[in-house]
Amino acid sequence: MTNHWIDIRNADVILIMGSNAAENHPISFKWVNKAIDRGATLLSVDPRFTRTSAKAHLYAPIRSGTDIAFLGGMIKYIIENNRYFKEYVRLYTNASFLVNPKFKMPGELDGLFSGYDPKKRKYDKSSWSFQKDEKGLIKKDPTLQNPNCVFQLLKKHFSRYTPELVSSITGTPKDKLLKIYEIYSSTGKRGKAATIMYAMGWTQHTVGTQNIRTMAMIQLLLGNMGVAGGGVNALRGESNVQGSTDHCLLYHILPGYLKTPKASQPTLKAYNDKYTPKTKDPMSANWWGNYPKYSVSLLTSFFGKNATKANDFGYAWLPKLDDGQDASWLNLFDEMYRGNFSGFFAWGMNPTCSGANANKVRLGLAKLDWLVNVNIFPNETAEFWHGPGMKPKNIKTEVFRLPAAVSFEKEGSVTNSGRWAQWRYKGGNSPGDAWSDAEMMTGLYYRVKALYEKEGGAFPDPVVKATWDYGPKGPGGKIKHYDPHMVAKEINGYFLKDKKVKGKLYKKGTLVPSFAFLQADGSTSSGNWLYCQSYTGKGNMMARRSRKDPSGIGLYLEWSWAWPVNRRIIYNRASVDENGQPWDKQHPVIRWDKTAKKWKGDVPDGGWAPLSAGKPSRYAFIMKPEGHAHIFGPGRADGPFPEHYEPYECPIEKNLMNAQKFNPAIKIFSPETTSPLDVVFSCDPRYPIVASTYRMVEHWQTGVMTRWQPWLLETQPQLWVEMSKKLANLRGIKNGEKILVQSARGQVEAVAIVTDRFKPFNIAGQTIHQVGLPWCFGWVTPRDGGDSANLLTPTIGDANTMIPESKAFMVNVVRKGV
Amino acid sequence: MGKYAALVDVSRCTACRACQIACKQWNELPAEKTVNIGTYQNPPDLSVATYTLIRFKEISDKDEIRWNFFKDQCRHCLEPPCKEAADGTVKGAIVQDKNGTVLFTEKTRLLDIKEIRDECPYDIPRQDPNTKLMAKCTFCADRIADGMIPACIKVCPTGTLTFGPRDKILKMANKRLKDVKKRFPLARLMGDEEEVSWIYLIHQPEAEFQMTVRAKRPSTVARRAFMKPLGALVAGTIVFSTGSSPCQTSKVQSSRLFTRE
Repeated sequence: MTNHWIDIRNADVILIMGSNAAENHPISFKWVNKAIDRGATLLSVDPRFTRTSAKAHLYAPIRSGTDIAFLGGMIKYIIENNRYFKEYVRLYTNASFLVNPKFKMPGELDGLFSGYDPKKRKYDKSSWSFQKDEKGLIKKDPTLQNPNCVFQLLKKHFSRYTPELVSSITGTPKDKLLKIYEIYSSTGKRGKAATIMYAMGWTQHTVGTQNIRTMAMIQLLLGNMGVAGGGVNALRGESNVQGSTDHCLLYHILPGYLKTPKASQPTLKAYNDKYTPKTKDPMSANWWGNYPKYSVSLLTSFFGKNATKANDFGYAWLPKLDDGQDASWLNLFDEMYRGNFSGFFAWGMNPTCSGANANKVRLGLAKLDWLVNVNIFPNETAEFWHGPGMKPKNIKTEVFRLPAAVSFEKEGSVTNSGRWAQWRYKGGNSPGDAWSDAEMMTGLYYRVKALYEKEGGAFPDPVVKATWDYGPKGPGGKIKHYDPHMVAKEINGYFLKDKKVKGKLYKKGTLVPSFAFLQADGSTSSGNWLYCQSYTGKGNMMARRSRKDPSGIGLYLEWSWAWPVNRRIIYNRASVDENGQPWDKQHPVIRWDKTAKKWKGDVPDGGWAPLSAGKPSRYAFIMKPEGHAHIFGPGRADGPFPEHYEPYECPIEKNLMNAQKFNPAIKIFSPETTSPLDVVFSCDPRYPIVASTYRMVEHWQTGVMTRWQPWLLETQPQLWVEMSKKLANLRGIKNGEKILVQSARGQVEAVAIVTDRFKPFNIAGQTIHQVGLPWCFGWVTPRDGGDSANLLTPTIGDANTMIPESKAFMVNVVRKGV
Repeated sequence: MGKYAALVDVSRCTACRACQIACKQWNELPAEKTVNIGTYQNPPDLSVATYTLIRFKEISDKDEIRWNFFKDQCRHCLEPPCKEAADGTVKGAIVQDKNGTVLFTEKTRLLDIKEIRDECPYDIPRQDPNTKLMAKCTFCADRIADGMIPACIKVCPTGTLTFGPRDKILKMANKRLKDVKKRFPLARLMGDEEEVSWIYLIHQPEAEFQMTVRAKRPSTVARRAFMKPLGALVAGTIVFSTGSSPCQTSKVQSSRLFTRE
């Protein structure tokens, strides 16, 4: 979230789309209800009428996978009806930037942007660039009239998204579409804010990244970024998924969103040069210009005394990706399916139910020599070898089950969706032999290290040279027990030698006060620069629990700690006018105090004077090299503007928007290129019904934790599939009857919930049905609960992130025994 | 007169069912073995193992749809007709504590469930088929006695449920009604707020919720009760003055009732 949970209460309009917050983030409705009490309007856009829709002022149905068409139509509406916040757009976005005249758009190139290479399924992005003057500064037209400026290109691009065309793609009735556009765009002015609450309903598509970009662009056009009650707010699906992402759960990043080095970057200099953006604009803060300070401090944290200037601080010991290598989920399990892994840790996860095309995952596990499953309950991953369709005697995989402590049995921090790192104490001891994850990792580390020390091995340095200072040391230099406070301090970072910064001397061993003090010369460490300031000389900032809120807008600056540097609303320098005075006088996030020459309120995105100060000031979007928010976003794999493409597996012959049926930049998995299980059947009469998977409030994720809980199981005992009355009639299906849901990949048995909450869509005159089913069930327990809906989902991912497209695929529903 | 009351602002309810689960947890009620019968509502009805239940109802109105959620449980009538009926056969089977909470005791096994259910304007009492004990919401009398609010109200994330002194809750209900009416002109209190401790604010017509409200309202029953000898009305006081604390009473009801699972 750019903003945070409590801040939802400050919104004037709330759009819940790509999320079912009432069911999956129930506490959020505390704040949604508070906003409604203040007079806010709640909009719900979803393929089916949900418990969220039940609370909305206005509900609009949408066919799964058509969000860009829906939102693209809103961009057209905003521009053509003059609903955008002109001053904000001019000051803070790249709308005025002039784009390379060679740049061409899908309207001109049959659905493609300039630079497409059909063989590589990739874009050469050289034409997706800005015009520069002789000083190297980007050319701008503040009047936004130049035909090559971002704003005019945007207008031209989305002029094709007429309400009629959008309605025929999305199936959303035109009147509902226009009503939502009107209400949402009413916030494109001073003192009004709209927020978007989204989740996996937007990300799990082949155009997932662009779904969110489209919304971000709308928020920029309406001046809703950086302000209270605004922002782009991802509702995270796990209590600590924000924290685990910040600390580099994903393959392509190191802690603090530093990049994973590539094989073609042999030296620290090559690596830093590649990822340290440069700007010639003196008013651009270009915060990532500090990259080497963060990367070096990370290396010194990893390797301690072994990291020296002479050895590039141990850079050579970091694992490198091959150039072009994508090691994300779908590829990982594809490699496993082809037998390219010998072992696998499924740590706190249940991929045989959570992974798209779960049959492929299940068969992949059978190709392993060993599988370690760390979990608190038996689950479909640890038990895969005797699951449905498996022949145990043919499976060589040796499975180890390690019982784990649950989160409440551990002390430590949990970072919520709003980026608040909240420290919590240990609630009780773990039962039996259950260990905390850190204890298991420590044990594993010392054993692996001992083996490397004894046997040498191919490349022992990354392990034997690493530090492991996560507890009080015993004999032999090993820690006696794991101490979460030591980890938290390591993450924050230390001065490794006496160092004078900003005129003050910091003694060796002192905790670094904030990331502004980190150094690229090896004199500081930080396990994650974004969390530098979370545990300082003043103590554990994450454990703070003050209920004071002098801001009046719910910032609670002394409750826990938020990254970065305790900023509660990021991009907040855009919440004010040129003179630093808030657009919204009622909900000021920050305000420039002319007398004190200081910002008041939230921690500002940099303390420089407001824009009207000229040179001493800095642009608002400090993480972008040009200092302006990206309405034109040339960094994406599939285009600087979003464009509607159909889901990879879809119900219609032809994309009504352009000649490209699906996202031209996605990696194709198919029986010819990858595995026989990677089948899709678009527009196939055998699978004519659109399907989506989703979650429910009663179960969590794959249900590993909740399906063992009798009270929860009582409320939702079995897998179900929701469908319209018309579809049920067509198939002779009765409400409450157990039926089969089948896709090209697999089938599940589910109880039919026949309901008016699903309605058939009218897509360009054609009736298209949609069904939906939750993915929280599995065969291990309960006995008659059904299996994972991911047995149906395809192996295909987003062009930028490779997140699987589980929200739009094709199925059939049939009565049993027919 | 009830000392405390609860407000159920149905317009805010998202049917997250935290209340339904919390009730089971606090009262140590077993899970029922359920199947999905084509609805989210589960268990399908109140029972001796389910004191409170979110009832779901879908309303199709031309192109519009509404999905209404209703938290059902004992309303804790100020002059409870169930108690009045019980007093006619087994005194002390149904009692009222000093806060006005209506409680079922072990003696309910001697009552005729059909008669007691018929007397209840909201069709709440249920009977264990084996032990014949009757059960329903205790208003968490044991928690209230210890200075805590009822479990269901404690966990409600949406502001649907509020607990407090009766006069404050009534005031809040009327104030809240004014606000809710701006969005839902048909919103109203159920009309029984002077007769019960659980006060409902509904934002749609009564028929759009899955609920039982019999024509026989506590008010008419109360008038009948008023004409009876005073003794029957103070039975509750007598039970508690003999040393049985509300806490023990409710635990008796929750832990000894079950033969299933």
